[in-house]
This record gives sequence, C-alpha cells and structure tokens, in this order.
Amino acid sequence: MTLALRTLRLIAFRSYARADLDVGANVIALAGPNGAGKTNILEAVSLLAPGRGLRRAQPTDFARTQAGVGWSVTATLDTPTDPTLLWTGAEPEQRRTAKRDEKTVSVLSLGRIARILWLTPALDRVFAEGPAERRRFLDRIALSFAPEHAEHASRYEKAMRDRNRLLKDGISDPRWMSALEAQLVEAGMGMAAGRRTALAGLLAAQDEESAFPRADAVLEGEFEEETPDAETYRARLFDARPRDGLAGRTLFGPHRSDLAVRYAAKDTPASACSTGEQKALLVSLILANARALTAQTSAPPILLLDEIAAHFDAGRRALLFAEIETLGAQAWMTGTEWALFEALGSSAQRFTVKEDEAGSVVEPA
Amino acid sequence: MNSNQTGDEIQRLIDLLAKLPGLGPRSGRRAALHLIKKRDLLLEPLARAMAEVADKVTECAVCGAVDTRDPCSICCDPERKADAICVVEEAGDLWALERTGAFKGRYHVLGGVLSALDGVGPEDLRIPELAQRASDPAITEIVLALNATVDGQTTAYYIADALEGSNVSVSGLAQGVPVGGELDYLDDGTISAAFRQRKTF
Repeated sequence: MTLALRTLRLIAFRSYARADLDVGANVIALAGPNGAGKTNILEAVSLLAPGRGLRRAQPTDFARTQAGVGWSVTATLDTPTDPTLLWTGAEPEQRRTAKRDEKTVSVLSLGRIARILWLTPALDRVFAEGPAERRRFLDRIALSFAPEHAEHASRYEKAMRDRNRLLKDGISDPRWMSALEAQLVEAGMGMAAGRRTALAGLLAAQDEESAFPRADAVLEGEFEEETPDAETYRARLFDARPRDGLAGRTLFGPHRSDLAVRYAAKDTPASACSTGEQKALLVSLILANARALTAQTSAPPILLLDEIAAHFDAGRRALLFAEIETLGAQAWMTGTEWALFEALGSSAQRFTVKEDEAGSVVEPA
Repeated sequence: MNSNQTGDEIQRLIDLLAKLPGLGPRSGRRAALHLIKKRDLLLEPLARAMAEVADKVTECAVCGAVDTRDPCSICCDPERKADAICVVEEAGDLWALERTGAFKGRYHVLGGVLSALDGVGPEDLRIPELAQRASDPAITEIVLALNATVDGQTTAYYIADALEGSNVSVSGLAQGVPVGGELDYLDDGTISAAFRQRKTF
C-alpha cells in the first residue's frame, strides 16, 4: 500500500520555467545552495493538497512571471487503489483549480486523494510564538485527517469577522446577530470537534519506541474547558453580546484556544526546551500524524521535510531516516549539502538543485 | 492597441467590451473586431437591442426581477402557482432556477445578501417587501434558494426568523450529493449533509 508520486512536472512555477522529475524511490533528497529552488519543489507537491501550500502563499505568488502566464503542477500518484493523474494550476489572476484524471474536481477534494504533511523551518518557532501559530499547526493536522476541517475553519473566520463588525460598528440588530451566531456555532462546533479528534488521534499514535521524544499536548482555553454543546454555545454568545460589544470582538470560542505542548519525559513546556528539542518534538508530532493517517487510510501520507537536517546531529539524522523508512512513507527532504544525507541508504533518490540564468534547474545527482 | 491606431470611437467600444464579465483587453479587442466585421449581422442588431433594453429595462415592483415590463413576465403569468415564492439573491440565480424548470411559483429577488463586512444590512435588501408578500394569505410556501456561503446562509436564517409566526412554510435548498456524484469523491461534510437530508423512496 503506497501513496507516492511517480512523476512531477512544474510549468512556470516560482523559479522554474519547467521541471520534470521521475521518481522511483520512497525517499527523495534534494540538495543545493540557498535560494536555488529546493523548497519550490516541495511547495509544488504541497499544492496537490488543498490550501495555500507549505508557504501559505498568496495565489499570485506561484506564477513564475507576474504577468501573462499561468502556472501548473502535474503529478502521477500511486494510490492504494489506482495510479492517478493530478493537476493543479491557475491562469493569470485566477484562482487555482484542480483536475483528477483530466476531470475537473474541487481543490478541496484533493485532500481525499493526496494526504500530504509537511514540516518547514517556519514551524521551528511554533512553540515560542503566539497561540495563533499553534492553532494553525493543529488545524493543519486536523485538515490532514478530515479535509472538510478547512471549510469549517474558513466559515468560522468569516462569520466571526462579520459578527465583530456588527459589534464594532455598534449595530444592534438582534436578528442579524442571531443569524451570524447560528453560522458561528455550526462552524465552530465542527472546527472544535475536528481539532479534538485530530489531537486524540495524534497522541494515540505516538510510538514509545521512537527515537523522538513523546509530546503531551492539550487544548487550552475557556472554550475547551467548557466544551459547550451547540445550544449552550449559542446562549453563551447571546449573553456575551454586551461584553463583546465593549471589546468590539468575539471573546468566546475556539478561536481563542491554544495548543499546549510539553516534552513528556522532562515534563517541561515545549517553549522552554532547546531549539533542537523543539524540532525533535515537531518531528515526533509529524511522525505520529503520519502513523495515525496510515492507520486511517491504509497508506502513509507523503512527507515534505524542508531543511529537516538542520538542528540535528548525525546520530539523530540517521534515526530520523530510519523511522521514515519504517513508516514506508514517501518523503521529500531538502538540505544545503549532501553530507546531511550521508546516512540515507542507496535506495534514496538524489536530485541536485541549482540556479542558472533561465531559472532553477533540478536534475538527478 | 491605443487610440492612435484606431479612432476614438472604436477604442471606446473596445474599452467597454473589455469590462464585460469574462472579457479582458485582449478579448475585448477580438470582440470589437468581430462585431465590426459582421456589421450587418451583429454590430447593428446588437446596438439596437442594447438601446432598446437600456430604454425599457426595469425592476419588477413586486419581485425585484429585471424585465422590460413591470410587473415582470413571471409575476404576470397566470400559469404560475400563486401560493409559492422562491427567494433568490440576484436575477442571475432566478435565471439559473428558471433554466431547470423545477419551480413553478413566483420569485423574490433580494438584490444581495447580508454582509456586515461589505456593509450590506437588512435595510439594503428587499426583505420588508418579502414580509409584506408573505403576509398575503394566498402564500403558503417560501423557498429560500440562497447560496451555501456564510452570507447566503446568514441571510436565509435571518429571513426564516423574520417570517416566524406568519402562516407560511419556510424551506431551504437541500445540500448533498451532486447529480452524477460518487460518494467516495465527496468530502465528509457534504456526505453528512446529504445523509441528514436523505429522502424516502
């Protein structure tokens, strides 16, 4: 049972005029100097899942040239059932669309075909930064389990911004407020449930045998303590109107929750751990996510591990590569030099990424 | 192309065509050229048709639909059921529903949906007119055919709330499996919505 890309084609995407990769292996290493275009390859793969990709980019950022030409990413994907041809791309200034076996499908439905998880250097500070980053991290995990989580989250955001506007503008229309709160509750309940399910699945899938540290994680916040049912939640919002009106925003709901992570063996908050330990915790969580998804969908997800070797010594790197191999997932990794991938076996496929006048070039190493 | 390559009149035509939905500067030029080539067949009849519509188009005082007569053709049609009203956001939605022939009653075009962020409130929509129509004892059913977006559903909820206590049954469109859809390709939210709204055979 596999979920693995076999070919990948980029056209007018970021720094690439065109790139074609034939992939035969489960572990793919991309090496090249900073700014050569390694992460762009991973980003292209990440767009085979719903959302804005691993950089959370604006839709207009993907096109190679700002004016005139659309971009596209095409991939053949081995799935547990059949090989599938996936395409995503956009015409200039248009929203991106998707095709499966040349039939147009919704971008959201990509999430049911290609489960893709990623770890990027931008996440390194997730434990040190504000709760919004951690919520986003958890939402990303929830989305990997249930693609419709994205829909709940965006509906929630929209309904809340509308409600906040009424509060801020001092518009007192109880009927309008109730209509928005009904939307808020429906989306909020879905979003909160998705997060709880994802977190429970994640914690249950942590492997005691793993070389990476076990994380304890709980959702914190007023909403999580109360875990109201829909009716209570609505009553809560109704009662909070005067207080929220003074604040000019919604003060109760899953948008205020936080994901508290601790390094279990040391019983220390993740934010107090060293940079290397924080990275190890992240790897631990992403591997748990992958294991849980494997159990759910019978095929391990594709892993995109950008600059993964940074912060790890040679011993830890070897252990990471071994765990990925055990998992059986297709993993795409980037690094600035080949030495970082020394511990990878000969079965890994290596590509060199460099930049010339025409843009980025990727070729077998 | 700029105006020193063509006369100002043609350039004005191109600029206006380029503003049409789905067109841009390039397709605007192509459309203009096509019209000019087919002067008798297309350009002049189109100009006449547009002048005529511009002269006669109006909004139906009853339902808010666009037509060249007031009340509109649908509101005047004695064949339409007089007991049901279908509420839509825009005239385009009315046309989409009419293409299906699924609804035989009359319509009510709101002219938008509630959106606090865009500054569209209940007073900007034709909601009082709807309440007025709904109070007619001949009306027994109101179908809220609004988009499944947050704004569409907020508006549907608002209207349903406003009509509570009147003697009409208020329903909304079902959400679920599209015609020709395969369950395996659908997201869980759509499947569970379809399941909740399952029908009896």
